[in-house]
Amino acid sequence: MAIGNRVAFIDGVRSPFGRAGEKGVFWTTRADDIMAKTVVGLLERNPKVPPAAIDEVALAAATQAGDQGLVLGRSVGILAGLPLSVPGYAIDRWCAGAMTATTTVAGGIAMGAYDIAIAGGVEHMGHHPIGAGLEPNPRFISEKLVDPAALSMGETAERLHDRFPQLTKERSDRFSMASQAKAEAAYEAGKIQADLVPVSASGEAGWTVVSVDETRRPGTNMEGLADLKTPFRPHGRVTAGNASGLTDGATACILASDEAVAKYGLTPKMYLVTYAFVGVEPEVMGIGPIPSTEKALAKAGLTMDDIGLIEINEAFAVQVLSFTDHFGLPDDDPRVNPMGGAIAFGHPLASSGVRLMIQLARGFAEHPEVRYGMTTMCVGLGQGGTVIWENPNWKK
Amino acid sequence: MTDYDALDYAPLLALADDEVVTHSRVRDVTTPSGKTIALITLDNGFDYKRPNTLGPKTLEELNDVLIDLKGRASRGEIHAVAITGKQFILAAGADLSKVNTVPSVDVARLLAQQGHRTLGRLNELGVPSFAFVNGLALGGGLEVALNATYRTVDSSVSALGLPEVFLGLVPGWGGATLLPHLVGIRNALRLIIENPLRNNRLIDAKTAYRLGFADVMFSPIRFLEDSLVWADKVLTGRISVRRKFSPGFFERAFVWPQAIRIARASVAAKIGRVAKSPFAALDVLAYTRTASRGDSFAREDEILSSLISGDQFQASMYAFNLVQKHAKKPSGAPDPTLAQPVTKVGVIGAGLMARQFALLFVRRLKVPVVLTDIDQARLDDAVAYIHREIADLNAKGLLSSDETSRLQSLVTGTTDKNAFADADWVIEAVFEELAIKQEVFASFEKIISPTAIFATNTSSLSVAQIGSKLKHPGRLVGFHFFNPVAVMPLLEVVRAGTTTDETLATAMKVAASLRKTAVITSDSTGFVVNRLLAKVLGEAMHAVDTGTHPSVIDAGCAPFGMPMPPFVLLDLVGLKVGAHVLDTHHAAFPDRFFDSENLHKLADYGRIITRDKKGNPSGFDKGALNIVKGGTSPMTAEAFQKRLEDGLADEIHRMLDEGVVASAQDIDLCMIMGAGWPFQMGGITPYLDRVGASERVFGKTFHSPRIAGVQN
Repeated sequence: MAIGNRVAFIDGVRSPFGRAGEKGVFWTTRADDIMAKTVVGLLERNPKVPPAAIDEVALAAATQAGDQGLVLGRSVGILAGLPLSVPGYAIDRWCAGAMTATTTVAGGIAMGAYDIAIAGGVEHMGHHPIGAGLEPNPRFISEKLVDPAALSMGETAERLHDRFPQLTKERSDRFSMASQAKAEAAYEAGKIQADLVPVSASGEAGWTVVSVDETRRPGTNMEGLADLKTPFRPHGRVTAGNASGLTDGATACILASDEAVAKYGLTPKMYLVTYAFVGVEPEVMGIGPIPSTEKALAKAGLTMDDIGLIEINEAFAVQVLSFTDHFGLPDDDPRVNPMGGAIAFGHPLASSGVRLMIQLARGFAEHPEVRYGMTTMCVGLGQGGTVIWENPNWKK
Repeated sequence: MTDYDALDYAPLLALADDEVVTHSRVRDVTTPSGKTIALITLDNGFDYKRPNTLGPKTLEELNDVLIDLKGRASRGEIHAVAITGKQFILAAGADLSKVNTVPSVDVARLLAQQGHRTLGRLNELGVPSFAFVNGLALGGGLEVALNATYRTVDSSVSALGLPEVFLGLVPGWGGATLLPHLVGIRNALRLIIENPLRNNRLIDAKTAYRLGFADVMFSPIRFLEDSLVWADKVLTGRISVRRKFSPGFFERAFVWPQAIRIARASVAAKIGRVAKSPFAALDVLAYTRTASRGDSFAREDEILSSLISGDQFQASMYAFNLVQKHAKKPSGAPDPTLAQPVTKVGVIGAGLMARQFALLFVRRLKVPVVLTDIDQARLDDAVAYIHREIADLNAKGLLSSDETSRLQSLVTGTTDKNAFADADWVIEAVFEELAIKQEVFASFEKIISPTAIFATNTSSLSVAQIGSKLKHPGRLVGFHFFNPVAVMPLLEVVRAGTTTDETLATAMKVAASLRKTAVITSDSTGFVVNRLLAKVLGEAMHAVDTGTHPSVIDAGCAPFGMPMPPFVLLDLVGLKVGAHVLDTHHAAFPDRFFDSENLHKLADYGRIITRDKKGNPSGFDKGALNIVKGGTSPMTAEAFQKRLEDGLADEIHRMLDEGVVASAQDIDLCMIMGAGWPFQMGGITPYLDRVGASERVFGKTFHSPRIAGVQN
């Protein structure tokens, strides 16, 4: 179990996720503006948290340049109107940026350095396509350190299909169809919108206010999924339908110590139990959640049987299935992503970690019988991250 | 009531072939409670540097959009309409780029009517309308918002206002009618009359909110989001809007008419009765008190069309373009890349003028400024004065503490001339006497670097003669400020025959850094402003000397609409100075400029006009009248007016022939910025053309075609 001060997840919100690219709703909206509006929405929803009491703002982006390049935690703090005394920094672990922002500031709370902190992330994948501007070291290839295909995420997903032949395209598609259906049901029940901060956006068609995710595809069926192109390989298995969409979006959450919870009368939605990050071969980065989950469970002294809810990032359906297969869970295990996942909502890289936490927190509220849950995700260049959470609403 | 839809706007649209159209983009937005608001974005497709404007095609498109939305509202498809602008801009007002081509009063009236037809629809949609004022909103742009049912404003907006009266118009797309009923007559007068007459002062969002223009104000970070949530609450009845400044019975019955009377008197006292637009605006404001909205709009149409087709507005637009555009591209300026950097400034002298120079240079250039004088005590006094002035700026909140200490530490005073060794720019403020200036510059030339530039603030001496004792006369330029230095925007940059391009380019760059409007003039007596003021004052004194009563002369000057009568101007510049100016010009141009023995006597006597307790001119001093009496051939006011008009036309014509400045535009810019001559005169040359003086004197006009309305 973790030692030090207990860390509470107070609340999390996110922007709606927009389709990346010129046709997306956020094409002419800056990443830092989306992020700042998200932070403002978070604080408006939590008026008991005095802005001046925030000890840190840790915000992630996979590409730290342009409109997400100026020390995000600091520049967004200024843009959001936080007191100038509130510090902030930028953080990066590619897809697990916001997750790492959360675990890092949680570490600060645990060791007593912070009482209250904001963690989150943003990725405008329209402005910053994955991998843009990178200059991979030639030693990757000359010394065979990293398979060149490892930098194409779709290719790593195809490689998982190679490695685990039982993970068929059909299973991936079926999982994806279910993700869309679960997301739609959650939308119809108002569970997703409740944690969205509407964000204004301008474009050639004029201003609008975006209040729902743009990439959902309600009514997705197996026939439609079967017809999609496999852009990474001829006759491959990975399609736009069984992968997360390229999206623009931001997330943010508030973490606090027990002391701050008492002092300001806050209501925790989750308590952090422990977390772990583990590296894997870059060319099968999608299996990362398996070892990170094993490590985190071991640290927590728990087994998968203790986990009542799992929010796993659906970078690719095959990568989720590699995880569920490994732990002996059925493809349609009701504990896994009960409100849908990134295949429906999209995966704005560095922001997704906190989206998982937002959905887990809602799941905890709905399921007082669940004591433990986890958020987990794979990370490009071969890593996995897992955070285990405890449900404050848990009743035996 | 006018049926605006029955009118044919084709003659107006015919003028708008190359209009930069501001499009009305519509998107449906769903509010938190599930209502649908049709959100119109005004966007001309350019960034904020080219603000949205509202021309005939723009209004036609918006009109069509609003007709469509009215239909949708009647079918229950939308619950409200909102209108906002592209980033940072709602709209900068009517597109005035073609108003000088309006061919008739009837087309001018259509311009007013098209605005009423279109913007008026915001109030006739069958559902509420909201203006989300997200950025700059001037004139017609602000009237877009005024025609809506509700208004929200972004707290960061810094430029809101109704500049119409400043430009010779009235807010005639509903502004003069709607504003007083929304914010009360006093606040309306402030926005429609007072601010435009204070050099077109604009207001920020916080002021607009405080005055009652906006119903609510939101911070910029989530302005649109918050505005929509607020609109939702209005639509669902969770918020009811109260307008505390909206006039009640007492205000309508008593306060309103009285405020109009006071405003009329105060405008007349401030700028006289020649300028039409403020009084026209007051007429609408008085009329709308009891008139129906439709009648009041019709009154706006009539008044606006008469102003647009009149002389004063055309002259005002000419003047506005001079100040906005011509001033930024000075005629005769050398290649700006020839300018040398100025990293340290030397000021010779420690008197009042030297102090003003030092303060201005340190504030704008932020480089070391060293004053020198023969008397250290005087220098200490000067530096202490400048430090106090800087501290005052800090106390007023205009300078941060850091910036205050930075600027204070940059200003020093020393009797050691060697402190000028590394100065790049040296300006003198010593006694206005040729020999003194010559000697001062020559002595400093031994110390300063070979490339350093000398500037003289002389107003009456020849720059070339001042530089004649220099080894390198090419480094000297005239730099003629107007008093008070910090306030008056004009700088006459005098190019002597010897002045090099490098020197002139540096002077122009320094002038721009000082945020002055610089006009390049030749090295001739009085340059532009003093020469023409000397003409006015010389003619006035000559008329007095020949037996005309000063009040007759005032009457003869009144039709111009100058900021003050000649004898008040004389009183302001000082009678001694005035006499000196007349002498100087008479000496240079004896056949055309009068000197006046009487003026010297008046200077010795010390008074020419009387002032009341508040300091306002109240008449002529009896002793002064006694001194000047005895002339035997008095003029009528009309004769004096004609003589002055012709004299000015002749002098300006000669100045252009001599090449004092490059163009009539430069003359007008000087008179507007240096003497405060009004927009409605267009400075001076459009006025002289339209009263026929130019043709009487030299058979042609300064401007072809004349800058005049279609009414005449």
